[in-house]
Amino acid sequence: MNRRLYDKLIFEHSHTGRHGCDLPRAIWPDALAELPGTLMRTEAPALPEVDEPTVVRHYTNQSTNNFGVDTGFYPLGSCTMKYNPKLNDALASAPAIAGLHPHSPACAAQGALEIYWTLQRSLAEIGGMAEFTLNPFAGAHGELTGLMVIHAWHDSREDYGRTKVLVPDSAHGTNPASAHIAGYEVVEVKSLADGTIDVDDLRSKLGPDVAAVMMTNPNTVGMFEKNIPAIAEAVHAAGALLYYDGANLNPMVGMARPGDMGFDVMHINLHKTFSTPHGGGGPGAGPVGVRAGLEEFLPAPRVMKKADGAFAIEEAGGSHSLGRISSWLGNYTVFIRALAYILTLGADGLAHVGPLATLNANYVMHSLDDLYLLPIPGPCKHEFVFDGLRDKSTGVTTLHIAKRLLDLGFHAPTIYFPLLFHESLMIEPTETESIETLDTFIEAMRRIACEAVENPELVKSAPHDTPAGRADDTEAALHPVVTYAQYLAANAHD
Amino acid sequence: MASRYFPHTPDDVRRMLGVCGASSLADLYSDVPDSLLLNRSYDLPPSMSEPEVKAWFDAAFARCTPLTCFAGAGAYDHYTPAVIPAITSRSEFLTAYTPYQPEISQGTLQYIFEYQSMMASLTGLDVSNASMYDGATATAEAMIMAVNAARKKRRVLVSATINPAVAAVVNTYARYQNIAVEVIPQHDGVTDREALREMLGAGDVAGVIAQTPNYYGIIEDFDGWADEIHAVKALFIINAPALPLAVLKTPGEWGADIAVGDAQSLGMPLSYGGPYLGYMTARQSLIRKLPGRIVGATTDDRGQRVFVLTLQAREQHIRREKATSNICSNQGIMTLHAAMYMALMGAKGLRDVNSLSASAAHELARRLEATGKIKLSHPHKPFLNEFKVTIADGYDTAGILDALREAGILGGVAIDEREMIIACTETRTEAEIELYVSTVNNL
Amino acid sequence: MTNVYYLPSHEYARVEGEIAYIGISKFAAEQLGNVVYVDMPEMDDDVVAGEEFGAIESVKAASDLFSPVSGAVVEINEELIDNPRLINEDPEAHWIIKVEMSDKSELEKLLSPEAYAKLCESEKH
Repeated sequence: MNRRLYDKLIFEHSHTGRHGCDLPRAIWPDALAELPGTLMRTEAPALPEVDEPTVVRHYTNQSTNNFGVDTGFYPLGSCTMKYNPKLNDALASAPAIAGLHPHSPACAAQGALEIYWTLQRSLAEIGGMAEFTLNPFAGAHGELTGLMVIHAWHDSREDYGRTKVLVPDSAHGTNPASAHIAGYEVVEVKSLADGTIDVDDLRSKLGPDVAAVMMTNPNTVGMFEKNIPAIAEAVHAAGALLYYDGANLNPMVGMARPGDMGFDVMHINLHKTFSTPHGGGGPGAGPVGVRAGLEEFLPAPRVMKKADGAFAIEEAGGSHSLGRISSWLGNYTVFIRALAYILTLGADGLAHVGPLATLNANYVMHSLDDLYLLPIPGPCKHEFVFDGLRDKSTGVTTLHIAKRLLDLGFHAPTIYFPLLFHESLMIEPTETESIETLDTFIEAMRRIACEAVENPELVKSAPHDTPAGRADDTEAALHPVVTYAQYLAANAHD
Repeated sequence: MASRYFPHTPDDVRRMLGVCGASSLADLYSDVPDSLLLNRSYDLPPSMSEPEVKAWFDAAFARCTPLTCFAGAGAYDHYTPAVIPAITSRSEFLTAYTPYQPEISQGTLQYIFEYQSMMASLTGLDVSNASMYDGATATAEAMIMAVNAARKKRRVLVSATINPAVAAVVNTYARYQNIAVEVIPQHDGVTDREALREMLGAGDVAGVIAQTPNYYGIIEDFDGWADEIHAVKALFIINAPALPLAVLKTPGEWGADIAVGDAQSLGMPLSYGGPYLGYMTARQSLIRKLPGRIVGATTDDRGQRVFVLTLQAREQHIRREKATSNICSNQGIMTLHAAMYMALMGAKGLRDVNSLSASAAHELARRLEATGKIKLSHPHKPFLNEFKVTIADGYDTAGILDALREAGILGGVAIDEREMIIACTETRTEAEIELYVSTVNNL
Repeated sequence: MTNVYYLPSHEYARVEGEIAYIGISKFAAEQLGNVVYVDMPEMDDDVVAGEEFGAIESVKAASDLFSPVSGAVVEINEELIDNPRLINEDPEAHWIIKVEMSDKSELEKLLSPEAYAKLCESEKH
């Protein structure tokens, strides 16, 4: 990475008269000239005027200010930042798909539908579910879709009194947010000291007003919820359904299936477990799986395989479909990548995903728990949480540790989540990291623990070696400057 | 171990297990009840080499028939400049997560800031978020914003001329949020203004949603709408595909409070429906009601201009069930695509793409009318690059679309047996348009 | 005689005649950190005792504001629009809304300064 910040904006490269595209020659009269002036914009949009080499150099330089999985170790907890195979990217950009319009007739899109259907079936086997839809665009969108499936199911039984969704206090923020958007009231369930859900508290909150219980297993502290059979029984006895947040599916791959644990509905983050790149924020994909009996409630459209082996799209979905949650079939090219990953690893390769991810996490945990406070002793699954340094006397916090790691060439772990501990530092190494990489990370973490004692100021003032330093978040939130026009206006006043 | 993606040698595994105090990988799962362990392989094919996987996909791709695209309905076959995939595939961008650590994420943060700036200007509004999933979910989120802003009002009026897929998604979200969506009828292909006035008069309206160019390709005239909508303290939401806004009167100029839509028309590959890009821009006063990520400019402790995720207190990871939305992952790298497309084109290039696309569409419409078999459904309404046609007696949409497909053409999107919508872009040639017309003539 | 009352969610009501000045306590302001935004109701809006009337945000946290009393909003503190950090400087002086109370008996259900101080002490541990 560049040690100096490349900080120009594309607008600051603009020179009147330059352009970065050549278009076909016009052969027909300009139709715009015939349109009524009252329907046309009066002023052109404020866009830069730049030539192609300038655009390429500008964005290439910007990219050097960035850190990706290909740059280095990215132990961001709950985000499963595993290696993103290059073959999958190459397949995803196939011209046959790039030019395929979503309104193409099924007979012209058989191969594309086969890819969708094959992934749908593969995920059903991996999740232990009867059926999947791939339409949801992201994990949170999958949660929302799954909760709508649950809502539609209760409605079909004319069970309208179920207004609440139970969510553990350790849950990802998307769980309560999705439940709210799905029209439910959120009720929090407590965690025990060992990080697992308090089953007694859960039981006391179950009742005829509860539609669903959302769980992550392993949970956000990386612990397997071993009471899950009893939980599933209690939830079902109360007439509610059990939802599996698939953000932490990775350690279960090859080892155990949410369907077998008693979950009724689940989503999978393809951009986590199935290696598709996260793109600096997206696009991801959040396929939703359901157990037998809930297929009819899945969103429209659905992809089906007919008796003659041909693939078809059911535009209206099943008889009780909750409706559409996307215009078409979702983030399609993400499916190509995920299926390529599954086909590459195959049943034999997938069997190692969970165990190796779990091995890597336990190895790092055992190599650091003498210096960092481990609030919940292992064995962990794919990730674990430290509650900051053991030695709190130095005043070095989790934020300082995270920022110092950036200096040492690593992405930071997830910090201050889960909310169960004050100094949460959540580490997820994934199975694609070698022992040498883990050892260098361990060494860096141990060095920071030493520095915290010997030279705490060095850690507290980190990062020092990154393209950008610590940003003034307060000023950014007090006086938001979110466009170049606002930036120019703010600086004109100064 | 089994795959080229796993670095572990058997010796590595032994050493690491030793550190963990475990004797086998299975030991690490001793906390999982036996009854829950799979204890078998998945019922999936065995692993494949890279050439085998490539061959599997090539065979699938070969079962997709390339057709010359005259279909639109929200997804348009514009050209993708080669520069864009060359840059968006740079793994520093592509393999990064959401920019939680600004010190090593300025690349992502800066292109989002550029995207927000361009999108605000394109739509004529003040602020933009860092993307929604697609145009349909962006519209549903705008509806929720309007209802939240109105506090107790729960009626949302949606024009009959919006894309039916968008309307379907809006309806799904509304059903579970207990929002009453009511359809404003259409008249001659555009929203019925009198009907809107009456519906506003009935009270309790939180927001009004309309689209331009609408589903039929017609440019709606929103003159006077904003005043009437604001008079009942409702929000005016305009859905528009991104590209036409480079030439059409903007949502900002019409007085809209929120603009939403799909930015796929900014040269994004059709890709069988995704990934595309939902955009959302708004008036300044709504900035803290926006869903999703927003990037802002600030300074760092070295005095440099830097960019950060800002106004995060609106978001799910802080506000949980009180968040403005549940969105977490968005369409990330597609905002880089959009920013690069707009930078390469500039205002003039975007105008020219619109002109070429519209001119091709108008030419095709003229020639189709001359066949006597297809005529414009709303001949007096202005359109850009997409138009609705009515099929003459004795023919139907399925027959015409089938004949065109045999000629290698995706002829449009059927609305029903007698009506369909047809779109052109700058990539359609004289020869392709002639083939379309001669195929219809030969019916 | 005391004229300041508290909710356990850390809002205060300082009462002068029929008017209550509503803001957040010093303890709450310290917990929140640098305030960057206060979401306030509009003039003439009604607020209800125990119900949400707005929200207050710092950079990395946000909390809803609950009204200790019922009544009509007769004034909002417009100074906070441009300078929300005044709340950090002196939250007791910089009230958020001024409410004309509709039912003064509601004050009896609120915490006294002494009871509130005890609550804060217990939350620190």
